[in-house]
Amino acid sequence: MVPPLFALEGVSVSRRGTNVLCDVDLTIVDAGITVLVGASGAGKSTLLRCLNRLECPDAGTIRFRDDPLDDLDPLDHRRRVAMVFQGPTPFPGTVVDNLRAVTPDLTDDDACRALHQVGLDPTLLERSADALSGGEAQRLVLARALTTGPEVLLADEATSSLDATATHRMEELARSLADDGMPVLWVTHDLAQAQRLADQLVVTRAGAVTWSGPAADPGAEGAVRNALRDGAPW
Amino acid sequence: MVGWGALGASLLFVLVAVALTGREHLGLGRPILVALVRSLVQMAVVGLALVPIVDPDTPLVWSWLWVVGIVGFASVTVARRAPEVPGLLWVATGAMALVAATGVGTIYGLGIFPLEGRTLVPVAGMVIGNSMKAAVVGATRVAEALADQRAEVEAGLALGMTPRMASRRVVRSALRTAISPQIEQTAGLGVVFLPGAMTGLILAGASPADAVRTQLALMYVILAGVVIAATATGLGTLARLTTPAQTILPLDRR
Repeated sequence: MVPPLFALEGVSVSRRGTNVLCDVDLTIVDAGITVLVGASGAGKSTLLRCLNRLECPDAGTIRFRDDPLDDLDPLDHRRRVAMVFQGPTPFPGTVVDNLRAVTPDLTDDDACRALHQVGLDPTLLERSADALSGGEAQRLVLARALTTGPEVLLADEATSSLDATATHRMEELARSLADDGMPVLWVTHDLAQAQRLADQLVVTRAGAVTWSGPAADPGAEGAVRNALRDGAPW
Repeated sequence: MVGWGALGASLLFVLVAVALTGREHLGLGRPILVALVRSLVQMAVVGLALVPIVDPDTPLVWSWLWVVGIVGFASVTVARRAPEVPGLLWVATGAMALVAATGVGTIYGLGIFPLEGRTLVPVAGMVIGNSMKAAVVGATRVAEALADQRAEVEAGLALGMTPRMASRRVVRSALRTAISPQIEQTAGLGVVFLPGAMTGLILAGASPADAVRTQLALMYVILAGVVIAATATGLGTLARLTTPAQTILPLDRR
């Protein structure tokens, strides 16, 4: 039997006395795109950060393919489980400097391939990363994350600062990666985006997981409506 | 000599500074007034206490104890400026002790000054005092930079960088901020600044050539001390803010 990608048991996180995640039990399948959907402040990003070990739960255990996260080297784990954030975070320097940030021996050919993979023109290699548009910068950040050869991609509201065209490109990339065998966990509070992307759905509300399962499941609609009261119909 | 009336007159200029900070809402009026009162009280006490300490007949151990006191006071000052950094007192104590050991060791080990109470206390005070200022800036700027630039640092951490590597750029910038003023002061020596030790020696009747050599020797040791203190405290601050899971403790932005 294939172990789940992530298995969470009783995971809780609190900040300054406020519960951000409360006793979360969750299993995430090791394939396709799993969308974590919920209103702002529902604990989606914190959950994702725990999976990358940028944050440690106050209680509970998280397993990555059956291995407890606490037993894994955090730096090695983060290279296996890449993460991109809400706003583009290019480092100062050129595009190729960014691509070589953690893989300094990356050749020019590899760098061009990395850009091509995310739909960026290889002629951008020597351009200042600060001169890129928001959509280009976010795709550069994704290309940079992929240079470590990750097994999983975590995307935390990765398109919330992008226009419709750039958002569409990022979604296509996520689908392409998932179809090529890299599981993607995608956080969003955008119902339409969740509909477009999700193979599996995890619904969060007030720090708890209220529903999880295949996006095509009849129960998904009611769960998402409850979590996003003001959202469009599923 | 400056009398009490003249000393009071010098405070008038500080009132202008207080008014300026108030106009710009910098929130520094009270700290300036506290600093004035503290400096007055401390200098009065120190002036009285130094008389027996620097007396040639007093055993040198009392001067050494005074230096230990300076190190302790400087360390507490650094730690209090960045209370959000856990364990900073130990970092600051280590940095100040290192500066004291290397700075004083250089000055007396190489025979730049004779090892006497009347030289040990003021020389150590100048070296550690300047280093303390740099250490305060080093610790506070590193903590502030890690709070302000958290997105950049976490982007690096998420790629599997070590906290040291992920924060390298912001820490370097913070350390440059801490060290640069002393470099500027050294570069401007004699042109822009006529520093205290030289001025004091000349006022006391020493030849300008002696005063210049004395001042230069001190400035060189102070410059090295500042670099050591800022670097050790800044990197120590980063280490204290690094968790066992290789993340950076969350800090509130100031």
